[in-house]
Amino acid sequence: MSDTTLPAVKLAAPRRMGHGTFWLASAAVALLVILALRGIGSEYAYFAATFVLQYVVLATAWNILGGYTGYVNFGAAAFFATGAYATVAFGKALGLGLLPCIGMAAIVGGALGFGTGVLTLRLRGAYFAIATLCLSVVLETIVVNWSYVGGSRGAYVMRPREVPWPFDTYSGFLCAVLVVLAAASVAIARTIEKSRLGLGLAALRDDEAAAEAAGVPTLRLKLVATSISGAMMAVAGAPLPYLGSYIEPASAFGLAYAVNAIAMPLIGGTSSWAGPLIGAVLLSSLQQAATVTISSAGNLMIVGVVLVVFVCAAPHGIIGLFRGRR
Amino acid sequence: MDPDLVLLLNGIVSGLLLGGLYAAAAAGLSVSFGMLDVVNIAHPAFMVLGAILVALLWGATGIDPLILSILLTPAFWALGAALYVAYHHFFERRGDEAIQGLAFFFGIMFIIEVGLVLTVGPDQHFADASYANTTWRMGEVDLPLRMLVPALVALSAIAGLSVFLRRTFIGRAIAAVAQDREALRLLAINPTRIKRLAFGISIAFAALAGGALVVVQPVDAWSGHVFIGRVFAIVIMGGLSSLGGCVLAALAFGVVENVTATFYGPSWSPAVAFGCLLLVLAIRPQGLFGRAA
Amino acid sequence: MTGISRRDMGRLALAAAAAVPATARAQTAPSGPPIRIGYSMSLSGGLAPNGRPALTAHKIWAEDVNAKGGLLGRPVELVNYDDQSSGAQVPGIYTKLIDVDKVDLVVSGYATAIIAPAMPVVMQRNMCFVSLFGTGVNTDFKYDRYFSVNCTGSQVKETFAKGFMDIAMSMDPRPRTIALVNLDSDFHQRTAESARFLAKERGLRVVYDRAYPPSTVDFGPIMRAVAAARPDIVFAGSYPPDTAGLLRAASEQRVNFQMMGGPMIGPHATAQKLQLGPILNNLVVWDVYAPEPTLQFPGTKELIDRYQPIAARENTDALGYYVPPMAYAQMQVLEQAVRRVGKIDQAALAADMHANQFDTVIGPLRFDAMGEWTEERNLYTQYQGVQGNGIEQFKRTGTQVVLYPARYKSGELRKPFTAGA
Repeated sequence: MSDTTLPAVKLAAPRRMGHGTFWLASAAVALLVILALRGIGSEYAYFAATFVLQYVVLATAWNILGGYTGYVNFGAAAFFATGAYATVAFGKALGLGLLPCIGMAAIVGGALGFGTGVLTLRLRGAYFAIATLCLSVVLETIVVNWSYVGGSRGAYVMRPREVPWPFDTYSGFLCAVLVVLAAASVAIARTIEKSRLGLGLAALRDDEAAAEAAGVPTLRLKLVATSISGAMMAVAGAPLPYLGSYIEPASAFGLAYAVNAIAMPLIGGTSSWAGPLIGAVLLSSLQQAATVTISSAGNLMIVGVVLVVFVCAAPHGIIGLFRGRR
Repeated sequence: MDPDLVLLLNGIVSGLLLGGLYAAAAAGLSVSFGMLDVVNIAHPAFMVLGAILVALLWGATGIDPLILSILLTPAFWALGAALYVAYHHFFERRGDEAIQGLAFFFGIMFIIEVGLVLTVGPDQHFADASYANTTWRMGEVDLPLRMLVPALVALSAIAGLSVFLRRTFIGRAIAAVAQDREALRLLAINPTRIKRLAFGISIAFAALAGGALVVVQPVDAWSGHVFIGRVFAIVIMGGLSSLGGCVLAALAFGVVENVTATFYGPSWSPAVAFGCLLLVLAIRPQGLFGRAA
Repeated sequence: MTGISRRDMGRLALAAAAAVPATARAQTAPSGPPIRIGYSMSLSGGLAPNGRPALTAHKIWAEDVNAKGGLLGRPVELVNYDDQSSGAQVPGIYTKLIDVDKVDLVVSGYATAIIAPAMPVVMQRNMCFVSLFGTGVNTDFKYDRYFSVNCTGSQVKETFAKGFMDIAMSMDPRPRTIALVNLDSDFHQRTAESARFLAKERGLRVVYDRAYPPSTVDFGPIMRAVAAARPDIVFAGSYPPDTAGLLRAASEQRVNFQMMGGPMIGPHATAQKLQLGPILNNLVVWDVYAPEPTLQFPGTKELIDRYQPIAARENTDALGYYVPPMAYAQMQVLEQAVRRVGKIDQAALAADMHANQFDTVIGPLRFDAMGEWTEERNLYTQYQGVQGNGIEQFKRTGTQVVLYPARYKSGELRKPFTAGA
């Protein structure tokens, strides 16, 4: 008998790019995008990019809970608005600027996600989805009745007069902030996906009972997923008050955010980090283009029709179309 | 009579009437979500579609809105059946109901709402029933017919549905398909056909609920939004496959909302009602009247 | 003078111009590159029922101006996008209008939630901004090129409910208690604040003071709680869906208040006038315009007459008394400033708008340093003698009489309010 031994089996799935490499790559892409936008220098380009990137973060965040873990969150708008109002509240109370407020929003969003997880510990599938919808209503009612952040009157958040160097306008600065956030969120999503956490979440998604039986700590993983997802969705919403200098509960908690947060990952493909990215870029660009061209209620019709067509024809999203069934 | 007691009595009675409206809205969902496991988030949108159609027909013919809504039910049944065929073909067959099915109905909801805006415009539509201005009085308690008649019609329709589900063959097949699809196949009944029938019934009920809604208040294309959370909350609180539970939950919901509004101010009503739901979900997920999962 | 005869005048003038020295103002067809006026308007979504009539009024204005020879001899062109009643779309729309479409002038869309998000963009470009139906927008921005076509003025708290209180306190016997009920929205929170402040000043005891959320379906409990508090007068603030609910509930419960009303937006829309009919009798409603003889200014009647057939075709608000006159006035302010200044110069236009009076279809206007009207013009009107649900009675004078302010008064207060019983 020869001295061959079986090679040691790697526990993690083989990957093409290491975590660190991917983070570096995202940072490089982010820098390129910022420079390109600065090169174009158009305010409208900044705004359109900000609009799209906001959704990239939101969709990626949603997908961590929805796509990786299989828990559909109908209340994405609640977390998004939480981030926005965290900016308003902390800005008013402690005078914090945008960047610290993003950090605070992450903490608040994470706490909210954790709380949601705890409250819905025994819920699955449609029950969980409905519970998140109810959470959205309760949160909106609280905000409307909270006069410190303006209640139904809305809140005004003034852009600072000095634009941070080396940006030319505040919109450029906001846009750059969102590029960084988007790159970070995509990198976080990929890190999760390719790590042991991701494997655990996938097991949860495929069959929760079997995973539990196999010793996967499902409850703990669920809490981790809701917290991370919540934190990131809040971060997506944190810059919102600075975009228009004015927010009010009706639009911050709007159904459009909830629908888009679900539609974008679905259209792109929920099983991978690239899906929400593709879906968000496509769908939000389409919506933004429609707003300034055909310009009517038809814009929302587009979301509905595209969503229906895609889920019927390409149930695993664009990624699914390219890779065949996963 | 002590004025606070009068307020409380009226709060409870008006809550029951409001609950009747909620029951109308939720009954159809109890069939589709409760029995067939189809998360039809577009159900309130169908209700609004029915309401606006009734309003337009009332404007043209002057026939009582509730009667119009009953006349619309066959058309809505057909619509529901067709929708279910699509849903089954694309999602149930592939086992993709969880996320894709949900998203499908989300998309349908948007299409209905925007379609309504594009065709009939963003303004409100209303239909005046002939009894809408009358109020019966029982002592100190007010019973506005505007709320009473739709509530009674809805409750009788639900009672009828309940009898149908329990006494007729098809009705029992529907109840059976909720429990065990495969067993039904063994009895040589095609479960898909049964589910199609049932889903059609749920959308037909949405038409009836639409008629009730337009008698109570004017509607526009987005009126359904305030009902989405409420109807799902009611169906879940009542226990999924129990129509009776659904009605009781709807009545309870209406009473909680109205009593809160009367004594603590209406701004907290939504939070109280949904807070109750969250509590029920946290403590007893099968609902107040459902069987344990 | 209708539009047709204005065009005839134009042709006559054209003929005359040929024989007149070139220095005279020629009423020729406008020529040259168009003056482009950009804005977002709510053509879909919750604000659309008012956004669409506003756009129609703007289009009528553009036609009128072009028929009279254009602005500075150039035709005017309206460039607008639908903001879908969502404030989030507004910054992008205005950025595109200014940077990509390169419009010459901007105005605002309809309502505070749509005006406010445009401010940072407009301020960055130092453009003049005439807004429509926005309340308190400039308080935090403090922009000196902002002008508000909104009749509430800058002292909303001190002045908004003044008319209502004045009318109430003139009743005999004087009321002693008041109930405040309002929708939880920006506008109505402000108006309720005004009512609270003035009630205290006038020594009225507040026996009920609550707000309700927009998702309310059943107004019975609210109305009942109000009535149970036994107020002499009721100050209510609501938007169309809830106004109908509140008034229906009031009618069902056979309320009897000495006076009820306030900023109950609802009967302002024709559909509600028709639906509520006699329930409106004796309701004292805040408004911006009513077809009363005391409120006729140059061009008002013509605008309404031109608007109504268009509205019938396009399925928007049939009577057009609420938004169209203000929307037309919004454009008139811009027009008159441009004519006086003689060129498109944002700084000069702003200076002109601060300095001068404007004669519009809603009367003479002046702006203060922060862009609000120097004199608030909150009208308080009362519906009287409404019978049945026909539309013709609302076109006649005397159905909606003006009670305040005194200079536009056209009728006397009738009491009590019994919701049509």
